[in-house]
Amino acid sequence: MNELLRQLLYLPPQASTVARGVDHFHMVVIITSVLGAVGVAAAVALFLIRYGRRREEGRGGMRAAGGRVAHVPFGLEIGVIGGLLALFVTFGVIGFRQFVHLRTPPPGAMEIYVVGKQWMWSYAYPDGSATNHDLYVPVGKPIKLLMTSRDVIHSFWVPAFRQKQDVVPGRMTTLWFEVAEPGTYEVLCAEYCGTQHSTMRGRVIALDAEAYARWSEGRAAPEQDLAAQGERRAAEVGCLRCHTVDGAPHIGPTFAGMFGSQVRLATGQRVVADAAYVTESMMDPEVKIHAGFLPVMPSYRGILQAGDTAAIVAYLRKLGEVTASQPVSPPAQGLPGVHAPAEEIP
Amino acid sequence: MIPDHPAAAPAEPVVHEIDFWRDGRTVGSWLLTKDHKRIGIMFLAGVTLALLVGGVFALILRLELLTPDRTFIGPNAFNQLFTHHGVVMIFLFMIPAIPAGFGNFFVPIMIGARDVAFPRLNLASFYVYVAGAILLLATLLIGGLDTGWTFYTPYSTTSYSTVALAVVGVFVVGVSSILTGLNFIVTIHTLRAEGVTWHRMPLFVWAIYATSIIQVLATPVLGMSVLLVGADRVLHWGLFEPALGGDPVLFQHLFWFYSHPAVYIMILPAMGVVSEVVSSFSHNPPISYRAIAYSSLGIAFIGFLTWGHHMFVSGMSVFDAGAFGILSMFVAIFSAVKVFTWTATLYRGRIAVTTPLLYFFGFTFLFVFGGMSGVALATASLDIPWHDTYFVVAHFHFIMVGGTLTGFLAALHYWFPKVTGRMYSERWGLVSSMLVTLGFFFTFMPQFLLGNAGMPRRYWSYPAHYQWMNVLSTAGASVLALGLLITFGYLTAAVLRGRRAGPNPWGSRSYEWRVPSPPPTHNFETLPRWRKGPYDYHYGNGGAGNGDDRQHA
Repeated sequence: MNELLRQLLYLPPQASTVARGVDHFHMVVIITSVLGAVGVAAAVALFLIRYGRRREEGRGGMRAAGGRVAHVPFGLEIGVIGGLLALFVTFGVIGFRQFVHLRTPPPGAMEIYVVGKQWMWSYAYPDGSATNHDLYVPVGKPIKLLMTSRDVIHSFWVPAFRQKQDVVPGRMTTLWFEVAEPGTYEVLCAEYCGTQHSTMRGRVIALDAEAYARWSEGRAAPEQDLAAQGERRAAEVGCLRCHTVDGAPHIGPTFAGMFGSQVRLATGQRVVADAAYVTESMMDPEVKIHAGFLPVMPSYRGILQAGDTAAIVAYLRKLGEVTASQPVSPPAQGLPGVHAPAEEIP
Repeated sequence: MIPDHPAAAPAEPVVHEIDFWRDGRTVGSWLLTKDHKRIGIMFLAGVTLALLVGGVFALILRLELLTPDRTFIGPNAFNQLFTHHGVVMIFLFMIPAIPAGFGNFFVPIMIGARDVAFPRLNLASFYVYVAGAILLLATLLIGGLDTGWTFYTPYSTTSYSTVALAVVGVFVVGVSSILTGLNFIVTIHTLRAEGVTWHRMPLFVWAIYATSIIQVLATPVLGMSVLLVGADRVLHWGLFEPALGGDPVLFQHLFWFYSHPAVYIMILPAMGVVSEVVSSFSHNPPISYRAIAYSSLGIAFIGFLTWGHHMFVSGMSVFDAGAFGILSMFVAIFSAVKVFTWTATLYRGRIAVTTPLLYFFGFTFLFVFGGMSGVALATASLDIPWHDTYFVVAHFHFIMVGGTLTGFLAALHYWFPKVTGRMYSERWGLVSSMLVTLGFFFTFMPQFLLGNAGMPRRYWSYPAHYQWMNVLSTAGASVLALGLLITFGYLTAAVLRGRRAGPNPWGSRSYEWRVPSPPPTHNFETLPRWRKGPYDYHYGNGGAGNGDDRQHA
C-alpha cells in the first residue's frame, strides 16, 4: 500500500528515518483533499444535470424563477462547518507535532558544517577534513547539519530525506536526518539564488559504518585534530589578539570557560554561548554584544572558510572546559578607552 | 444559444440618454473621462494586455522546460522571464483585473449610484496604473529583473539586474491599487441608493468591499518594504542586507504581510463574480446570503494573520510555524463555507447552462483542489518537503488561475451583454471554456507530482527524471493558450457583429440588469428606489418582470 501510493504520488524513495511518517500523513491529507474536490464537483455536476433547464421548457414560457425558498437547517450548517474545521485543525496539530520532530535534532548527533555559496555546497567534518558538492555520512547515525551562507539565501533540500531548510547569510540554521539505506541522494538548492540556481546541486553519499570508516581513513589524514586546527587559525586571523584563553578579560571576553556558559548581553538578555552564538558572533559580531565590551570586533564573513569556522568552534568548545582563572566578566575598572562597563554602553 | 427567458425579458426601458459608448467618440473623451464605466473599460484593456504579455512569458518558460538542459534560452533570460511573468501577472493583471475592471463598471450600478464617490481619483488611479506598468516594462527593456516577484533579500540587494526601477514600479502600481480600494470603500458607504441596505447589496459588492479593505490596509506595507529594498541597494541602509547588519528574514515577514492578503485581493473579487453567476443562472437566491457576505469579511480579516505559512523553512521559530499553520486553517473554512453555499444554491434551481456557468463549474473543481492543497501546505510538516517546489507552484496556480482567471472569464462572459449590448457565441464559449479548463488541468496537475518528486521551482535546468512531467505540463499550457486565444477571437467578433442582447438576457434579478445594455452615461435618469432585492427570485413574475419595482422618485 505504502509503495503503491508512493509510486502513484511520484514521491522519491523513503531514505531517511522520518520519510515514511511524513509520507503516510501526506497520503492521508491528499486522499482527503481529492475526495473533497471530487465530492464537490460531483454535487455540482449532479445539480447541473438534475436541475438543468431543458430547451423546450425554456421555450415553453414557464416562469423564470426557480422559486425555491429553501433553508439549510442551522444545525446542519454548524455541523458541517464545525466538522470541517475540526478536521483541518487536526491536520494542523498532527502536522505541527511532526514538524517539531523534523526540526529537533536528536542529542548526540554527529555535527557537520555546511556552507552554501553561489553556486555550490561545501562541508566540514568533525575530524577537520572538508569536501565540496558531496556530503559523506554514515548510515544509521543521526547527522546534524549546522548551515550558513556566504552570500544570498540558499536552501538545503534532500528530496529522499523529506528534509529542507533555508541557509541564511548571517544566521545559523540546522537540519538533521538519519539515513536508513546506504546510497547516493540528490541535494538540490530550493531557494532561488541567481543565475546558476538550478545547477547548485550536490549529493549525500550514505555509507554503512564499515565503508564510512574506510572512507574516513582513506583520505589524507588531516595533520591535526579539528580543535588544534582551530587554535592555529584563531591565532592566524587574529582572534587571540583580543580574546585571551586563560580567563583574563581583554578587548573581548576570554574564551576560557565561555563555550556552553550563559552570557549576559549588553541588552540585558542572557544567551547560551553555543555553536550558533559563537558562529553568529564571528559573522555578525555587532548583533549580540557581550555585556561590558565595546562593539569593536570586525566581521569575519568571507575571511573564515567553512572549515575554519568549524575548527574554531571546535577549539572554543575545548576551551569551554577550561576553568577560568579569573571571573569571565571584566573588572569594574576597565582599561580606559578599551572596554567600558555595561551601563555606559549607549 | 440559450433563449431569453420570456418572463424576465421585459420591454425595453424607455431610453432618454444615449449609452456610454456613444457619448463622445473622440480619443480625448475617453482619455479624460470621469465615467466609471469608461475607466473600467480602460482598465479591462490594460489588464487584458498584461494577461497577453504575461501569458507569452509563461509559454516561453514552458517551452524552455521541455528539455532538462538548455532548450533555447540561457539561465539569465529564464530567470528574468519567470520574474516578469510573476510581476506582470500579479501586479498588472490579477490584482486590478476584477476590482478595477468589472468593479469599476458595476459597483456603482449595483448600488444605484451614478458614479463612484471620487471620479477624478478614479481616473488618476488608472493613469497611476499605466505609469507603474510603463516603469515595470521599462525594467524589462533596460536590464531586466531577475529576483523573482518576491524580491527576497539579500539576492535583490546584490543582483546585477534593474531592481531599483522595478521596486519603484511596484510601489506606483500599489498606489493605484490603494486609490481604487479607497474609492470603493467610500462609494459603498455613502452612495447606496434608497433601499439598497447593506444586506440588499449584490454579493459582488460585498466581495469588492472586503477586497478594498485589504488593498487599503496591506498595500502600503508592500510599498514601503520594496522601497526599503531599493534603499538597501542604492543607499546601503543595511536593513535587510546581512553584510551591513540587516536581517533578510525580516524582509520576508514584511513582504508576506502584504503578499499573503494579496492572494485574497485576487481571489475575493472572483468569488464575488461566482456568487452572482451561480444565482443568476440557477434562478435561485443564494442559499445563505449572509454566509457568503460575511465569509468575505472573515477572509479579509483572518488573511492578515497567516503570512508566516510562507516561511516554515526560513529559520523562523518552531512555535511561530505552529501558530501560523493553525490560523491558516480558519481561512480555509471561510472558503469552504462559500463553496458549499454556491453548490447548495444550485439545488432545485432552474439552471441555464451557459459559458459563465461552465466557468463556475471549472472554478469550483479547480478552486477546491487548489484550496485543499493549500490546507495540505499549511500543515507544517508536509510543507517541509513541498516548500519552494513545483507543488507550491501548482497550488497557487490552481488558486490564482483556477480561481481568479476562471472568475475573470466568467465575469467577461456574464457581463459581456451588459457592457457591449451584444451577445457572444455560446457555442464558441463552450469550446473555449472546455479548452481553458482542461488545458489548465493538464498544465498544473503534473506540477503537483513534480513537486512531490522534489523539483524546486525557478529551475532553468533540472535532473532528467523530471522530464516527462514537464513535457505534459507544456502540452497543457499550449491548450490553455489556445482556449484563451479563441476566447479573445469570438468576443471581438461579438463586439462587432453580435446579436443585440437587450437589458436582461439571462433573466437575472440583480440590479445591474435593470438598466439598459449598454448603460447610459449616468446609469440612471433618476436615482432608483428598488423594492425588490437582487436575489428575489421567489417572487416569480410579479409586475412587469424587469425590476418592475423601479420607481422614479
